[in-house]
Amino acid sequence: MRFYEYEAKALLRKQGVRLPDGGTAETAADAARIAGEIGGAVVLKSQVLSGGRMKAGGIKFADTPAEAETACAEILKLPIKDQMPVNVLVEAKAAVAKEYYLGVTFDAVAKLPVMIVSDMGGIDIEEVAETHPEHIAKVHLSTLHPFSDFRAKEAVASLGITGGELNQLTRVLAQLVRTFLTYNLTLAEINPLGKLEDGSFVVLDCHLDMEEEARERHQAAVLDGLGIGADETRQGRPATEFERRGARVDSVDHRGVAGRVVEFDGNLGLVIGAGGGSLTIFDAVQKYGGKPANYCEIGGNPSVLKACELTKVILSKPGVEKIAVIMNVVSNTRVDIVARGVIKGVVESGFDPAEKIAVFRIPGAWEAEGFKLLEKYGVDYCDRTVSMAEAARRAVEKIGK
Amino acid sequence: MGILIDENTTFIIQGITGREAVNMTRECLDYDSKVVGGVTPGRGGRDVYGVPVYDTIKEIVAKERIDGSVITVPAPFVRDAAFEAIENGIKLLVIVTERTPRYEVAQVLEFARLHGTRVIGPNCLGIITPGKAKMGGIGGPAANTKQAYKPGRIGIMSRSGGMTTEIANSLTAAGLGQSTAVSIGGDPLIGSTYAELMPLFEADEGTDALVIYTEPGGPMDAQLSLWVKENKSRLPIVAFMAGKFMDKMPGMRFGHAGTIVEGKADTAAEKLERLAEAGIAVAEEISQIPDLVRERLG
Repeated sequence: MRFYEYEAKALLRKQGVRLPDGGTAETAADAARIAGEIGGAVVLKSQVLSGGRMKAGGIKFADTPAEAETACAEILKLPIKDQMPVNVLVEAKAAVAKEYYLGVTFDAVAKLPVMIVSDMGGIDIEEVAETHPEHIAKVHLSTLHPFSDFRAKEAVASLGITGGELNQLTRVLAQLVRTFLTYNLTLAEINPLGKLEDGSFVVLDCHLDMEEEARERHQAAVLDGLGIGADETRQGRPATEFERRGARVDSVDHRGVAGRVVEFDGNLGLVIGAGGGSLTIFDAVQKYGGKPANYCEIGGNPSVLKACELTKVILSKPGVEKIAVIMNVVSNTRVDIVARGVIKGVVESGFDPAEKIAVFRIPGAWEAEGFKLLEKYGVDYCDRTVSMAEAARRAVEKIGK
Repeated sequence: MGILIDENTTFIIQGITGREAVNMTRECLDYDSKVVGGVTPGRGGRDVYGVPVYDTIKEIVAKERIDGSVITVPAPFVRDAAFEAIENGIKLLVIVTERTPRYEVAQVLEFARLHGTRVIGPNCLGIITPGKAKMGGIGGPAANTKQAYKPGRIGIMSRSGGMTTEIANSLTAAGLGQSTAVSIGGDPLIGSTYAELMPLFEADEGTDALVIYTEPGGPMDAQLSLWVKENKSRLPIVAFMAGKFMDKMPGMRFGHAGTIVEGKADTAAEKLERLAEAGIAVAEEISQIPDLVRERLG
């Protein structure tokens, strides 16, 4: 889960990282007030969950509170990659002499966390890695031995950095590592870290991602304080109302998974699973010219209630004409339970399963019981001799392209 | 032949009294796997379908040789369960549990490396050497498992547990049996990647070709391509890539925790290019896999 810049900065501040003075503005008048309090040139930054803000016009500079007010009003109206800003971060403009990059993430090959340091900040680190690999230091961290600051020092020093700069960078990198460890982050990036003309360092921009799996343990202590609800899925963009409703279905009980949905604007609702199956089916629906209304993944043997509620959420989405129920050959999810849940959901939504379910293709555990039920309701179902792609094609054919 | 497990492999199940684990125990026993014990703290002295339950692994290893353990405990207990198995000298772990935080997975894998323990998963359905044994829920109930998997000479490695069985099913229907199928797990950090299992398949006289199921996200495919080129692998490989639609949706996670496009190297397009470079055949649909395998076998 990606944090907005202002939230990420709040987390860094808790670890003692130095940040520019400033605050968030909900309105243009707020921006004028904050700029007045800062009393000098300010930078105004659109708060969206996406990069490329500078290019899109989401970052502006102002010398006076009046200018800040105008700039803020413009930013608040400007969508960036289809996202409207939640607010505008107003900060003192820093006199930057040099920019650095500091990052902590996981290396999936070494299977360890890794610190990344570069004295070429302000640009994409992947680009620096390609063009100037000698300006990047990567040092892995043990997950069994305690973290100690000297590891950060070694990473910084390996770039040939010494003197006061070494000590200051070591301090910020160690603070970043502690932020990474404290909040179960998968990415903690300060880019750029600005070295000011007086020799001190300040965080200009940062990007923190918290692991989905760890959200629950940080909900009360951290996320509630930032106003981030448990149903706010934030997958690369803010969650839609439809997605929030799906997330609530998934949390009704701990049996299996059903409800993690992503909204699309098509007419074919998808009740699909599991992880890999959903990806395969979604590709196939698009390949045959179908327009999915949603992505979802059911698996891990969800309860009848979950499958039913998920079906109801999908059917309630405007524009959904039919649903396709497709999974790979299932091992632990029971065909009959999914069938019962989906049929119940369709009936409770006031529709006829035979008409509303374009195709049902889930072979595997308890399939005989499931098929019997589908037959009773007149639903078009198929067994393992029909491929997932073929089932997707049939569904698209029924609904029309 | 086959890799990792056979009819003599003994294993235990950690968290054996859990709802899904009880079913899995039944399924493994029905498939003639040697499930010799289970662990659930506080439930020592009971049994699950005749399999004795213990409080600690220490009690079991004092009595007999244990080759492996299937970990099914809830995510918050995975690290502790894995540490217990590793310290007690178990050399093969299958971690079924989903949603274990990444840092804790990294700790388990680092500890396992120190002790020479192989880890499959997390977030996987386990291993099957058809006709001999299965370790984990892979394939489901024994009757379903026997329907989808038949003994033969094709190896499978898959990031998706469900798709492992889907692929086996399509191979079986086409008359191609399997040597060993490994559900390697869908997490961003896993114990055994394709490249890390390659030496085992390469050395297995019972394997003639491999089928790989993959997804966007992570460096695993590039790592495999490199291994195949550097080691001049004797095995023809057919790959299937799901989630091509994700290339247009960076930053969003689909299917598995590790399936997300963050950088260019994560995209399906880029990965397919890497695989093709290494001479790996790519199937557009699952149903094409058997023919491509046959073609490659000549």
